[in-house]
Amino acid sequence: MYKKKECVAMLLAGGQGSRLYSLTETTAKPAVEFGGKYRIIDFPMSNCVNSGIDTVGVLTQYQPLVLNEYIGNGQPWDLDRNTGGVMVLPPYQGKKSSDWYRGTANAIYQNLAFIERYDPDYVLVLSGDHIYKMDYDEMLSAHKRMNADATIAVLEVPLKEASRFGIMNTDEDGRIYEFEEKPKHPKSTKASMGIYIFNRKILADYLRRDEKNPASSNDFGKDIIPAMLNDGCRMFTFPFRGYWKDVGTLSSLWEANMDLLGSEPKFVLHDRDWRIYSRNNAEPPHFVGENAQIKNTIVTEGCKIYGIVENCVLSNGVVVEEGAYVRDSVIMSDARIGRGANVNYSIVGSGTVIGADSTVGKPKDAASGITLLAPGLELEPETIVPDGTMLNAAEH
Amino acid sequence: MSAAGIIFSNIHDSNISELTRMRTLASVPFGCRYRLIDFPLSNMVNSGITNVNIITHYNYHSLMDHLGSGKDWDLARTRGGIKILPPFISAFANNRNALYETRLEALKSINDAITHITDDYIVMMDCDVICNIDLNDIINDHIKNDADMTIAVKHMNLTPEQARINSLFTSNEKGEIVDIRSYPTDFSGEADVSLNIVVMSRRYITTMVLDAIAHNYVSMNRDVIGRNIGHANFRVYRYDGYFAVISSMLDYFDHSLELIHNEKIREELFETKNRPIYTKVRNSAPAKYSDGANVKNSLIADGCVIDGQVENSILFRGVKVGKKTVVKNSILFQDTFTGDNVSLNYVLTDKDVVIRDGVALSGARSMPIYVAKGRMI
Repeated sequence: MYKKKECVAMLLAGGQGSRLYSLTETTAKPAVEFGGKYRIIDFPMSNCVNSGIDTVGVLTQYQPLVLNEYIGNGQPWDLDRNTGGVMVLPPYQGKKSSDWYRGTANAIYQNLAFIERYDPDYVLVLSGDHIYKMDYDEMLSAHKRMNADATIAVLEVPLKEASRFGIMNTDEDGRIYEFEEKPKHPKSTKASMGIYIFNRKILADYLRRDEKNPASSNDFGKDIIPAMLNDGCRMFTFPFRGYWKDVGTLSSLWEANMDLLGSEPKFVLHDRDWRIYSRNNAEPPHFVGENAQIKNTIVTEGCKIYGIVENCVLSNGVVVEEGAYVRDSVIMSDARIGRGANVNYSIVGSGTVIGADSTVGKPKDAASGITLLAPGLELEPETIVPDGTMLNAAEH
Repeated sequence: MSAAGIIFSNIHDSNISELTRMRTLASVPFGCRYRLIDFPLSNMVNSGITNVNIITHYNYHSLMDHLGSGKDWDLARTRGGIKILPPFISAFANNRNALYETRLEALKSINDAITHITDDYIVMMDCDVICNIDLNDIINDHIKNDADMTIAVKHMNLTPEQARINSLFTSNEKGEIVDIRSYPTDFSGEADVSLNIVVMSRRYITTMVLDAIAHNYVSMNRDVIGRNIGHANFRVYRYDGYFAVISSMLDYFDHSLELIHNEKIREELFETKNRPIYTKVRNSAPAKYSDGANVKNSLIADGCVIDGQVENSILFRGVKVGKKTVVKNSILFQDTFTGDNVSLNYVLTDKDVVIRDGVALSGARSMPIYVAKGRMI
């Protein structure tokens, strides 16, 4: 017997994240490191538990090893439950067919059996590649209050950027009458955040119908939402006011990391009422050496800092040797910046070793773009990596 | 071969009475993010001991809170895991049924739990054993020599204050114990000091405890070891790694600051491969340094927010250092808050202490200032 759950969350974590290049070479995008001790997926997972949702299906597909290992039994997020908890849902072989997830809607369709075991009234669909803190329970309350069939979380974006998003056109109550994917001439500035709450039975109907349509691309934004609108379903927006960032590109990943810095950061992690949980590595506290200088930076466990670090985000186990100078950069776990090396405006992948006296990138104002060093690289001493370049493990 | 562990959580509480007023010795914070019990617990787990019995005495709320289900040490197990053994007091007790005072009395009171252990060997540890040790080395040595009891010792140079709270062993070249001096009041100099890590077979400890009950023995050193030297096969295991004895507040301070000044100790304690030290996970955000931060030669835990100057200091999780504040040679426990323009030198603040704007406190190396838990200055 399965215990009934009011709401089950389905987290789409199969994204390849090809615009993160070498960072997602062997890792799914949701497992990319962020903010020192986190991975991107920690944010939606922590939001779920903080919102009282204790049943989360994580749909994986692309390079799932690191992600699966990271999620494990869900214990760091308090999602190791007797009923419910976190469940990793990879594509599987069925009796009649076996298939990769063809689209976001198809991924949920293939796991309807998982959802229906808990007989939930509502299904929350999330994506695993956004950085934000949100109370899904407030959204669920709004959904119930409006007696909606579907509720879509939206963010106000500047009009000139609206054409990059899926835009919801609504009446005064927030009821959606039109959805436009990346409109050339946007009529509103309410951008979809890719967070949906559906009434479970209605969602199941639409997913099954969509699956029978061979012309469909099996996508929520392209197929399911327009079909529901066409049929006159009650669909509402839920306005979100707060920090939200899609970290799909190198520059947005870099920016989101930088948004944690400053005396009044755009995104606050030191918030005890809404903790972000992550898997812990049992590393010692970080050590700051005699000649170190750390300004406007985030440092976490296992780091050893002997050099100068300014405007950086350092993940666990990073070593900055004596005389090294690191500025405006995101350094991922266990990377080592050699003696006297100079690193500017870069993202350094995890485990990468930068040899002594190397120069990576240029100061931010002079650089043509972000420099990316792939995870696991080993740079010889005195290597020069020009600004705006990407160095991959295989080429080197 | 399998082994179970027994940890004494209160055995030397009085050594650092300031810090143990509200907690067990086991839950005294140490090393920037740990509690003392993390060391014996992690040593056991890293040595494959997953059945751990923790003997408590009094004041053990903070310990229970720290341990939780034991999951952070991977000890939330169906088979074995952590078992907390509070003092056993019979329902029909009268005033004769006082709390135990010695190690042997504690073992006598958990006799029932001991008889339920099914592992072949038992490893006993104290909570003030700050080291990173592979217990299998001692167990294997114990088995190889067919010993009745093996006690880990370290050759050290002791001050009279340190000697007074330790057991010193004399052994021959074969490693057999020939003499024991417990808590000598007139000794200083070089000696083999007990780490209070003791290995026995289950059979031996069961017999020893039953014997002690029958004869009303109270002291392990005097009544068990002392009486049987020469008859039983009691041996020392010579350990030469890092080991800190905390015999006083001053010792506590010195050994803490040693972690900053001695990289080798830090590496041995925290970075020995495959032997990490585990602790309760608190999910604090990473430490945040502002533009005004100036930190040198310090250990900083997650959750800290640093706006001022920090030198030769240890900041536990969630410490806030205000603007233009200077913290030197100090240890600030979890969630200490210092306002702006504060100056601290040789100060130890307990948990949740608040230091108001502009306050200056200065102790000395030989006399650090201690600010009790939750105080506001």
